[in-house]
Formats: sequence, structure tokens, C-alpha cells
Amino acid sequence: MTYTAMKVEIDTDGVALVTIDLPGQSMNVWNEALMTDFAAFVEDFCKNDKIKGAVITSGKASGFLAGADLRMLGRGGPTGGAKLSRKEQFENIFNLNNMLRILETSGQPAKALLKGEAYAKPVAAAVNGLALGGGLELVLACHYRIVSDDPKVQLGVPEVQVGLLPGGGGTQRLPRLAGLQNAAIMATQGQPIDPQTALGYGIIQEVAPRDQLVAKAKAWVKANPKVAQPWDKKGFKYPGGAGAMDPRSVQFHMGSNAMAQRETQHNYPAVQYILSCLYEGSIVPFDTAIRIESKYFFKLLTSAQSRNMIRTLFINKQAAEKGEQRPKGVEKTKLKKIGVLGAGMMGAGIAYVTAKGGAEVVLLDREIAFAEKGKAYSQGIVEKGVSRGKVTKEKGDELLARIKPTTDYNDLKDVDMIIEAVFEDPDIKADVIKRTEEVIGKDVIFASNTSTLPITGLAKHSKRPEQFIGIHFFSPVDKMPLVEIIPGGRSGDASLAAALDYVGMIRKTPIVVKDTRGFYTNRVVPPYINEAMLMVAEGIKPALIENAAKSLGMPVGPLALTDETSLELGLRIMNSTKKELGKDYKPSGVEDLLETMVTKLGRKGRKSGGGFYEYPADGKKFLWPGLEEYFPIAKEQPTLEEAKERLLYAQLIPAAQCYAEGIVSDPQSADLGAIFGWGFAPWTGGPMSHIDTIGLDTFVRKAESLAQKYGARFSPPQHFREMAEKKETLYKAA
Amino acid sequence: MTDAFIYDALRTPRGKGKSDGSLHEVTPVQLATQVLEAVRDRNNLDTALVDDVAFGCVSPVGEQGAVITRTAILNAGYAETTAGIQVNRFCASGLEAINVAAAKVKAGEADLTIGGGVEHMSRVPMGSDGGAWPVDPSVAFKTYFVPQGISADLIATKYGFSRDDVDAYAVESHKRAAKSWAEGRFKKSIVPVKDVIGEEILDRDETVRPNTDMQALGALPPSFAALGEGIGFNSVALQKYGEIEKINHVHHAGNSSGIVDGAAAVLIGNSEIGKKIGMKARARIRGFASVGSEPTIMLTGPEFAAQKALKRAGMTTKDIDLWELNEAFASVVLRFMQALDIDHKDMNVNGGAIAMGHPLGATGAMILGTMVDELERSGKSTALVTLCIGAGMGTATIIERV
Repeated sequence: MTYTAMKVEIDTDGVALVTIDLPGQSMNVWNEALMTDFAAFVEDFCKNDKIKGAVITSGKASGFLAGADLRMLGRGGPTGGAKLSRKEQFENIFNLNNMLRILETSGQPAKALLKGEAYAKPVAAAVNGLALGGGLELVLACHYRIVSDDPKVQLGVPEVQVGLLPGGGGTQRLPRLAGLQNAAIMATQGQPIDPQTALGYGIIQEVAPRDQLVAKAKAWVKANPKVAQPWDKKGFKYPGGAGAMDPRSVQFHMGSNAMAQRETQHNYPAVQYILSCLYEGSIVPFDTAIRIESKYFFKLLTSAQSRNMIRTLFINKQAAEKGEQRPKGVEKTKLKKIGVLGAGMMGAGIAYVTAKGGAEVVLLDREIAFAEKGKAYSQGIVEKGVSRGKVTKEKGDELLARIKPTTDYNDLKDVDMIIEAVFEDPDIKADVIKRTEEVIGKDVIFASNTSTLPITGLAKHSKRPEQFIGIHFFSPVDKMPLVEIIPGGRSGDASLAAALDYVGMIRKTPIVVKDTRGFYTNRVVPPYINEAMLMVAEGIKPALIENAAKSLGMPVGPLALTDETSLELGLRIMNSTKKELGKDYKPSGVEDLLETMVTKLGRKGRKSGGGFYEYPADGKKFLWPGLEEYFPIAKEQPTLEEAKERLLYAQLIPAAQCYAEGIVSDPQSADLGAIFGWGFAPWTGGPMSHIDTIGLDTFVRKAESLAQKYGARFSPPQHFREMAEKKETLYKAA
Repeated sequence: MTDAFIYDALRTPRGKGKSDGSLHEVTPVQLATQVLEAVRDRNNLDTALVDDVAFGCVSPVGEQGAVITRTAILNAGYAETTAGIQVNRFCASGLEAINVAAAKVKAGEADLTIGGGVEHMSRVPMGSDGGAWPVDPSVAFKTYFVPQGISADLIATKYGFSRDDVDAYAVESHKRAAKSWAEGRFKKSIVPVKDVIGEEILDRDETVRPNTDMQALGALPPSFAALGEGIGFNSVALQKYGEIEKINHVHHAGNSSGIVDGAAAVLIGNSEIGKKIGMKARARIRGFASVGSEPTIMLTGPEFAAQKALKRAGMTTKDIDLWELNEAFASVVLRFMQALDIDHKDMNVNGGAIAMGHPLGATGAMILGTMVDELERSGKSTALVTLCIGAGMGTATIIERV
């Protein structure tokens, strides 16, 4: 037998050592080649009397097996693309489950195992590194599971994070080993556990030093020639109970159903299907249970949601982080030492993430006290991390030692890059640019953090505008995953490359956007927030607005968000925009509401004691009851669905406009920016993915009907109308 | 259509539904048997004339399984020709059983039937049947299942009933129940329960607290806050009722129906059979209806069931003298009165399940009997009996004194 993705060596005792080692790949995954090889091995294993048992391990230092190849799954499974009947497609999907079941039964019928009339040949897994998804599922199908004693080894089933479920028996073997509750937490949240926890759960039987794994696994196989999984033996019971009649499992299912609905807001069918697999699978024999699991997996894999989530949250996110938009042929930027100008809230956060990324930071401000205060921000985060055991004291101290507060521009003379985050005032910025460029090296890239000022304009203050670029961080910098990179009119390739290299170093997700007012995210969020405020002004119950947004999958309601960013800031931006645009200013309709809230009522936002919400010191925030007095509740209220749709399109339309205007150059950037920038419902895969999923013509029609109802701001961009007419899609290929 | 008449109605007293409750030592079959025996014995009834018996039972598993009605018929020594069926419409099972029994008579397919119900909650706890609705994720998600207590609190929040409102209602329920017992208003229908050696072990409802007051109730912690906030059922409810910011948890053990054990039976027949058995009809069944309603708020069905039954009977709310709605939770009754504009003085006049308990499968038959007695006592003419029901339903029956 010849294999390409793995190696099989049979020793003198007849124990087959299967070493999975995908050629030319850094990590083992279930792909077509491994599926083919493994199926051939399992067949041989069952038939060949010379093979008495098997040990499965990995030939990679990077881990055991990281799950299924997401690109393969994104295409709809192992034979995606081919025109197959549903039944054939199902059988393809069932393949992995079937293969693992044959491995654990040696192809013996379950009834014969149950009666003790037949046995399976022993299979042990020697897990020498991370085993995730289908990797862990392979491990679980082995009779003996021994894992390297390294606490960094991750064991888990993360499929839910891309809208899928563990489809290789994970939803069946995990609860049979670890009980329903542990299995539910692992599978519905997707977080990995370490080997000791897995041992405690009963998922694995032994933890041992990495170099002893194979020997120990072999010894076990030799000592246990006739085996069967616990669920193939008479009298098997789930730890902690299971089924429709056990009060313990009834209680568990009722509770987990509610918790899951609270967490998913009915937006992630994968979570329900996982719970269904746990429930239904616990009532039937194992062979039926894995078919049920594969059927739910089939439903998810053939849905647009998993395709969208895989595409945006994994494939495109990773591509962006690896510098897909980086100009080719530019040498990697040296980023050992970074100058951060301005130690205010943004600068302090930037200093922290930069030091955390491993670079030295010169944190400069006008007064040393300000610079010190900026560093203290990092100290606060580090101390919190140390007290919670998230970072060691030593590492934390090293990080802090990398930040040097200063007022002296000369300290910038040997930095590799500048991130400027001073006050958003063109004059102040001009002065800082001038003084900095006097000391820094002539090739050093100058990146300006701004959310409102056009980069091309700022670059005019620079002597080397080709080395000048914009980087838009979000607040709080240490928590927000997205960064917008804004090449100005004269920014050169080296500046874009440096900006992307820098964002890579601080491990955030970049999108490249065009230099226009608000860039991308700040072009979309204000109209969305405005829509919510318009709804308040119309007398729609504020709770309905907030619940509609949450139900849509937004992390917080738009009114709560407005309180966070402050209504006062909203009013200020509105007034300055008004002043700047003069007679070109288009009223947004919320001017009166903002004036009333801020000027008349002093309800400026959370930090000023309250806005749309009240913030009691000793309890949860609640909507300010006085709101009704100034914005009386209308008799006619929209349904929850209507409110959701309005808030959804209030984001889809401006996002579409940004794409149509080329502010974001491709749908993937628009999607990444939305999800990681302002928390747009991740279950959609982003606004462009969502528009593709509902269909461009549906989107255009819906937008037109909303425009009729609420106003022209809902009109779909002309470009989208044309694409709809031509029956095009935003993403070219799935 | 043949008229269906009520010839007799009786019930056991309701025993506290716990292991220290007085009825805990007798079996559910015994409870059902003893009410059937009483129907026969106090009326010298030739049971060969009874065509069919329908009993409600909400947890028909374990010792309440295997068609408990038929088991009780045989155990009571009825003629073996009397058939038995077990009916489940959750909390309205007892009333639905009466409607089924009455429907057979009205349709002319039976002359004499018995409707009733049994639930021995201390021995077969609620939820013992492991039904799919709250448990199977595929249906729990689809129906936005929440426990009834959350629904009751949702009703209070949506329709504006405060903790004081629901507590005041509960105090009144105990007051009315205690007064009714003191005045002997239940005398006609109570059948004391006997044990294995033939001794009476309970002759009155065990959970009435005549001295309950606002202060005592005010001290009780809300029962459903942990389920709602901690487990997440509030979020599930708000995903359907988005206009509500926060559910106000007002219900507790003192203003919700008690868990009790008990059984009831109602003898129903056409006018001819009355002459044959020498009994005078006590009330006529004017009509009945069942209806489905929104399942998450779940307990607002009685309003719609009552309207449907009234409409089918050609009546309006003005034609009803007495109203009886099972006191599953105080807010359910408050909302019903609010929706149909009913005066509290005409509603649950002898107290209800908050004071006396709610033996799920039997309650409908018990409160129908209460209305038969009360119409006679008060000289009033019509009564509408209704119950809220799990998964969003309502059942209502209209009776008229003859």
C-alpha cells in the first residue's frame, strides 16, 4: 500500500504506526489526499490479519491534526462543485463519520460488539500536538488516547466559529465520554481545552511526555488485543445522564436551549444543530446517532452562512493579515523601534499594542507627565493581566520596559516608523510633522492616526508625502481588532507596505481604504446611529430599537453605542460638518433630538452621567424613563422584524455606497471592516456577503421600498442596481 | 343537536403536592377510583348505563400511564362495558375531558358519560413525560419556549401589573377560599379521600391560608428571576416581545397556583337518560371551545377561548353572570379581567388555585363543579369556566343552571 499524506509502518508485533504528514504543508488537515489515504488504510486495517492494532500520530512538529481544510469545506465539502444528488452529497459528507466508525469497530457490527461476540482491534492515538475539529474527532474514535503533557496543546472542536458543527462524530463521542454539559460547552463555544482538562473530562486517558507517546500507545495496543468503545458495550451510560426521560438531562437541555438562544439570538443555526445532535443522538444507538449528526452537518455545509463565515472570518481575514494588499517586491519593513507621537487615549493604546507586538516604543508628548500617563495606561493593562494570570510578571515587565516616555524629539532619531496620534487639529499635526521629520531618518515612514482629517491634506505638511500614510485605529485600541490604512494621494508603495507590516506586527486586521471623509467605517456607522435616533424621534419604543439591533446580531444596541461615544460628540461633529459644508449640508433629521438631549437636558452620554440610558452605580443600565416625555411613544409601533430590517439596511446601504464609490476596493474588505470595525452581525459574513446571500435584486427591491417608506437615504447605489440587472454577484466565485 | 346536561359534579379535596402532603400515600389510580365510586354510590347509578369516561391527566406516565381512566373504571368495579379515555390538553385537560364527554352526548353517540381528571403531582411530578417541546432543541428554539412562570411575568410586564397588584389578587384568593370553606360552599362536591384501611385521610383543601396578607407575600422572593436572568429565558421571550426592555419578575410561590394532588368527576347525559336514572339535571352545557394562541406569552389563551365559546353560543360577555378562570398565576386572571372588562366581584368568587392548588389534569373539572354549586347557591344563571394552557392554548366552557 502506498500513501502520500501519511506513512504506515507495521512492526514485528503487527502494530501499524500511522504517521500523518501532509507533504508540503506546515500543518496536517483533513483534505482530499488524507481522506483517500486514510480510507485505504482503514480498509486494510480491518481485512489484514497481520495488522493486530494501530497507533496514530503526526509527523508534524506543529501539531497532530488541525481539522478539515477550510477551503475544501468552503467549497461545500470533499466533492463540492460536482453535480450530485442530495443523497450522494450526504453520503460524501458521511464518509468521514463512516470511516472513523469502521476504525473503532474494525468493521464489526454494533450488535456483535454489544453481545461480546466480536471485538475491535485496538487503536491508540499518540497526540503530539494540537488536535482540533476533525483532528480531535479522529482521536476520539481511537480506543486509547494519550496526549503530550504540554499545557499549550489545544484540544477542541471549533467548527461552530465558522457556522458548522463537528461532523466526524464529535457531537456523539464527546458527550459519551465527558457528559452532555462539557460536550455542549466545547462544541457550542468552540474554545479548546488543555490536556489536563481533557483528562479530567474523561476525553483522554493519559498525559505523557511527548517523546514517550508512541511507545506508550504501542504498549497499550499490545496489552489490549480485543477492545470495544464504551458505547459499544452492554450497560453503557452517559456520565451525568442523557435522554428524554432522565431529569438531569431534561434540565440540561431546557437550560442549554435557553442559553444558546440568548447567545445566538436565533442567528446561528449551527448552535441549535449541535444541541440537537447531543439530544437526538443520546436517544438512539451510535450508528444512528452519527447519521443524524451528518445530516445536520449537511444542512450547515450546504448553507450560505457557513460559506460566508468561512470566507470572511477565516480565509479573507487571514489573507488580509498576511498582507494580501501589500505591494509586491517591497522589502519587509524593519520595525524594531517605533515612535508614537501623542500619549493621549489613542497614543497610549497604540504604545501598548506596539510594545506588545515586540517593538520598542518612544512615546512622546508635550509634557513628560502626559507621556508618563500614557505609559501608565499600559501598566494598568499589564497589571490586570498579571493578576488574572493572563501574562507572567516577567513578560509584563519586559513589555513595559520597551516603552520610553519622553518629550524630546531627539529620541526619535533612530526609530523605524512613526505613528502620530496627536490631537485632531491640522495645525498641531502640521507642527508635529515638521518637528519629527527634522530628526527621523530619511526613509522612515510617517503614519498619521486620524479618523476625520483627509490624509492627502495632512501630507501637504510633510516634506516627503510619498512616505506619509494614514492609519485609523479604533478605540479602545487594545481591544478593537480592525485598522484602516489610508494611502494619501501621494503615498508610495513603501508606505503602504510599512503600514501593513506594522499592523501585522501588532496582530490586527487591516483593510486598505480610500482617502475620503470618514474613510469606510465612519461613513457607515453614523447613518446607522442616526437611523436609531430618528426612530426615537418618531416615537418608536427605545427598547424595541435596542432589542432589534441585538436580535440582528449587533453586540450592543445603537442607543447604548451612542451613549458610549457620547451624544455631545455627535452634536459637535454635526455642528462642525454643518459649518464646513455650509449650504451643501444635508440635514440628517436628528439635529433637534441631539440639541434637546445635549443642550436642553444635559444628557450627553455615559461618561457625563447618562444619555439614552441611566447608569446606576450599583446595577445594570436601563433606558432613561424621561425619554418618553420628550419623544412620546407613537401609537403604531413597527414589528420587531420591521425594526430589524430598518437597522440592517441603515448599515447595508452606506456600506454598499462605499463599495460603489471605491472607498473599499473589494467586497472582502467591506465585509472585514464591517465585522471587525463596528461589530456588524458576524453570522452574515459581512454586508456584502449578506447582500449576495439574499440576492442583489432582492436587496435593491427591498432598499427601494424602504426608500419610499423612510426616505431617499435608503436608495440603493446605482452601481448595485446595474449589477442586479445584470444578475451579477459581489463575490465572483464562491 | 342533543343537549348535554350536568347531573352531578364532585371532587376530592386537594392535598399538598409534596411528600408530606396528606394524599401522598394513596395512588393516583385510587384518587380516580374514589371519585368514580362516589359518582356511582351517591346516585345509586347503574354503571352499565355509563357509555364512556374521559379523564384529563397531564403526566400520563408511570402510575398515571396506561390509560389511567380505564384502570380506575375497572378498579372502581364499574360495568366492564364502560369505556375509558385519557385526555391531555395540559392544564385544561379536566375541562377538555368534560367537553369530550359532553360532545359525545351532544352528538347523540352516547347517553351518559363522565368527564373529569386526575393528577397526583406529589407522586408523578410535572414534566415526568419528557416531552419534546421544552427539551428537544429543534422545537424549543422554533417555539421560543419559556417556562410558564416567565410567561406569567411577561404578561405582568406587558400589561402593567405590579408586584402589589398580583399579591393583592393572591390575598383575595385565599380570603375567598377560606370564606367559601367556612360557609360550606364546597360541601356538595367534596368527597373525602380514604386510605387503604378505609380511614378518611383528607376532607378539605390543604393549602388555603386564611391569614395570608400583603406583608407575608411581600417577603417572598420572585420565583423566576434566576431562570429568566441566569439561564436566559428572559432573552428568549424578548426576542419575540422586543418592545419590552426588561421582564419584571412579580410571581412567586404565594401568587402562583399551588402544586397539589386531586381528582374530580362530572356526570353528563342527555335529558332522556336523566329520566331513566331518576336524576334531575343541575346545569346545561351551553357550549365550549378550545383555541391556540401565541406560545411564548403562552397564558393569554383564555381571552380568546372565552370569546370563541361566547360567539359560538351566540352570547356576549354581558350574558355571563359568573366567571371562573384557573388561577395558574395572578397575572393571568388580571389580564383576563382587563381584556374582557370583567369585575373582580364576578370572577373566581370562591377563590382559586392560588389558595387551593392546581392538580393539573383535574382542575378544569374541579372548577366547573365549583360553578355548578355556586350557580345553585347564588341563584345566578350562567357561568363561563376557562383555563390557560401550556404551549399557548385556551379552553372555555359555558354552563347554564336549569
